Amino acid sequence: MIGAIIALIGSIFLLLGALGLLRMPDVYNRMQAGTKSTTLGSMLFLIGAALYISKGQIWSRVILLILFIVFTNPISSHALARAAHKIKIPMAEETVKDDLTEDE
Amino acid sequence: MKNFKHSIILFIILMVIWILLTSWETQELIAGLITSFLIAILTYRLEPVLAAINLTPKALLYSIAYIFVFAKELILSNLDVARRVLTPSLPLKPGIVKVNTKLKSKIGKLVLANSITLTPGTLTAEVKNGNLYIHWIDIKEEDVAGATQEIVAKFEKYLEVIFG
Repeated sequence: MIGAIIALIGSIFLLLGALGLLRMPDVYNRMQAGTKSTTLGSMLFLIGAALYISKGQIWSRVILLILFIVFTNPISSHALARAAHKIKIPMAEETVKDDLTEDE
Repeated sequence: MKNFKHSIILFIILMVIWILLTSWETQELIAGLITSFLIAILTYRLEPVLAAINLTPKALLYSIAYIFVFAKELILSNLDVARRVLTPSLPLKPGIVKVNTKLKSKIGKLVLANSITLTPGTLTAEVKNGNLYIHWIDIKEEDVAGATQEIVAKFEKYLEVIFG
């Protein structure tokens, strides 16, 4: 029961991430919504699934999966953002400042 | 000496991953020991990035505390971004700010940049020298010192102790 609720909360975060992907104005902000909500979303989902099944070695597998998500997810989103900035994809109109372009 | 420390830490990490991945059986453990040992030896001459990790009890305590600090930030910022996405007017004030870090080691900077990227609302776009360029969804402080205080300080406090 608790596992199901936690998994549900995780999926809500994933849903909000998808919604953010549609609503955000430019590539950088979309990345914020799209790549980050997956961290907490999939973490909660995995923990929920582990609580639901809760036998054998499920916990060690879940810990390992969370570790791999935590280590790989930021690297891919950083690489995407950096590449987007390198090929000069324009930022949204609301953008307040851009220190990186100033320094280059 | 640095290479030796790097290899020891690498061996421990590989062994822990192996144990989590398989079960606690003699055969599995022996296979894991041999493989981890071989990898640790074969990568002995590579750059000793992991050697910057401090192995003192204080550093260990701080790394456990860091997990909780990070989890708290992760949940708070996730809720914040969720609130922004759900607000009809979409309240954003995005931009790239420059912050600087006191951390010297490569692995320290890596963990800092990853932590910043993992918390929604901030995304590391570039790391150059001691500076990090961060895309921030809602800019609260425009100058370097203010942004550093706002984004980096809470993580750096712990990372300074963990990584020399």
